[in-house]
Amino acid sequence: MSFDRDATLRWIDLFAQSIEAHRQELVALDTAIGDGDHGTNLNRGLQKALEKLQAAELDDPAAVLKTVAMTLISTVGGAAGPLYGTLFLELGKALAGQAEVDLPAYAAAWRAAVAGVQSRGKAEPGDKTMVDALLPAVQALEQAPDLNTGLRAAAEAAEQGMLGTTALLARKGRASYLGERSVGHQDPGATSTFYLFASAEQALRS
Amino acid sequence: MKKLINSPEAVVADSLRGVQAAHGDRLRVTFDPYTVVRADAPVQGKVGLVSGGGSGHEPLHGGFVGPGMLDAACPGEVFTSPTPDQMYEASKAVNGGAGVVHIVKNYTGDVLNFEMAADLARADGIEVETILTNDDVAVQDSLYTAGRRGVGVTVLVEKIAGAAAAEGKSLTEVAEIGRKVNANGRSMGLALTPCITPAAGEPSFELGEDEVEIGIGIHGEPGRFKEQVGPASQLTERLLHPIIEDLPFTSGDRVLAFVNGMGGTPLIELYVVYAEVARIAAEHGLTIERNLIGNYITSLEMQGASITLLKLDDELLHYWDAPVNTPALRWGA
Repeated sequence: MSFDRDATLRWIDLFAQSIEAHRQELVALDTAIGDGDHGTNLNRGLQKALEKLQAAELDDPAAVLKTVAMTLISTVGGAAGPLYGTLFLELGKALAGQAEVDLPAYAAAWRAAVAGVQSRGKAEPGDKTMVDALLPAVQALEQAPDLNTGLRAAAEAAEQGMLGTTALLARKGRASYLGERSVGHQDPGATSTFYLFASAEQALRS
Repeated sequence: MKKLINSPEAVVADSLRGVQAAHGDRLRVTFDPYTVVRADAPVQGKVGLVSGGGSGHEPLHGGFVGPGMLDAACPGEVFTSPTPDQMYEASKAVNGGAGVVHIVKNYTGDVLNFEMAADLARADGIEVETILTNDDVAVQDSLYTAGRRGVGVTVLVEKIAGAAAAEGKSLTEVAEIGRKVNANGRSMGLALTPCITPAAGEPSFELGEDEVEIGIGIHGEPGRFKEQVGPASQLTERLLHPIIEDLPFTSGDRVLAFVNGMGGTPLIELYVVYAEVARIAAEHGLTIERNLIGNYITSLEMQGASITLLKLDDELLHYWDAPVNTPALRWGA
């Protein structure tokens, strides 16, 4: 199995559907410890990305990913726009020129994406951010024997990471101003990141 | 919710159409993406100043575009940071060959979007320096948070760095002067009522009829504590004492005192507060050399005020007094 252009398009489509379906959940999570716009902003950006993807002729995964990145950067705003934008931009850069992506290349691209997100947002593991779902997912991918197993393990690791943010004290973003009051709430960014990996796994299966 | 709007979705665009209609002779407004730019930009050889942030804080930033202050402003949706394409386009529009300074209030979204814009501009060969404002002393534990928020001092940075750029200072010099203003300025605010964003339609937080929130942010972020509302003399002390202790301001310091309304507080009350600021400053041996009183960095219709003190020296005083000609701030020009 490999990730190609069609799988990438399916992935973005499934991710957009997933964020739309969970918009209210993300808004509620973000209202508790942030400014309440995560679900709305990300949904707006992904819907716009789907429009752009339908209108464009895109040859390979990198072209799809770059289009998604640029659309999110210019439509999402807040912190999520630059962070998800950077994630897709780095994935696209790492996969440039590859029509069929195998596990080693795919895992390496995700490693570059994590580095980009961390460099942009300055978050470390344990800061109660999307990194807490992203990093374990990528580590799971890197240790997997094949792409199918890898994506299943990545989605599971992202879910565990997401659930683990509930107990954490926020040290980045608007939630950090709440200090101890941020404990007991699941991080909205880690939650949308779990949906990102759950969608990827589903895209490869379908 | 009662507001003078056509629809919540169209507030920013409709307001920018008003800006264009009112000031089209000296400002250029673009709608895709949103920017407000000096009509005569780029000024060749001058460092360009770009700021931006969520809408709802007017006149910040668009009202400060003009000779002696900003070259461009990038308004986001209400209380939402603008996106990198806005600052990128604004930076290209104002680059007169001497580089561009980005003035960024310290909020995670603003910082990240401006960083991406700076990357894009640099890829085009435009030199970019960033001045980050973070003057809100209400945020105490800045080591374990996203840091202090940028509030009132942003207006003073835009004025003073703008004057330095107008006098032909280099990119590095303009950035250093702006950072010096931020380093010597401290602010704190309070709210008597919350504000209502058009999209949400309901207040951002709850405040009892007789309560005041001390240490409020400009987006309705929670403050340090709530208390029973007292006389203006006491409320002013609540804001000014943490400011004075933080820098600290000490006897003999020359200062600029800025009393800012949050949007829903009448000028008569801001002057009541200013009288108390003058009294407390005198008690601490501070000499108020300049002042600014009015609604300059607001939070929609919130009732409340913030106070900013800036420690002055001859250099900062010189740039503060220099001519400025913008829709919201004008003297000497």
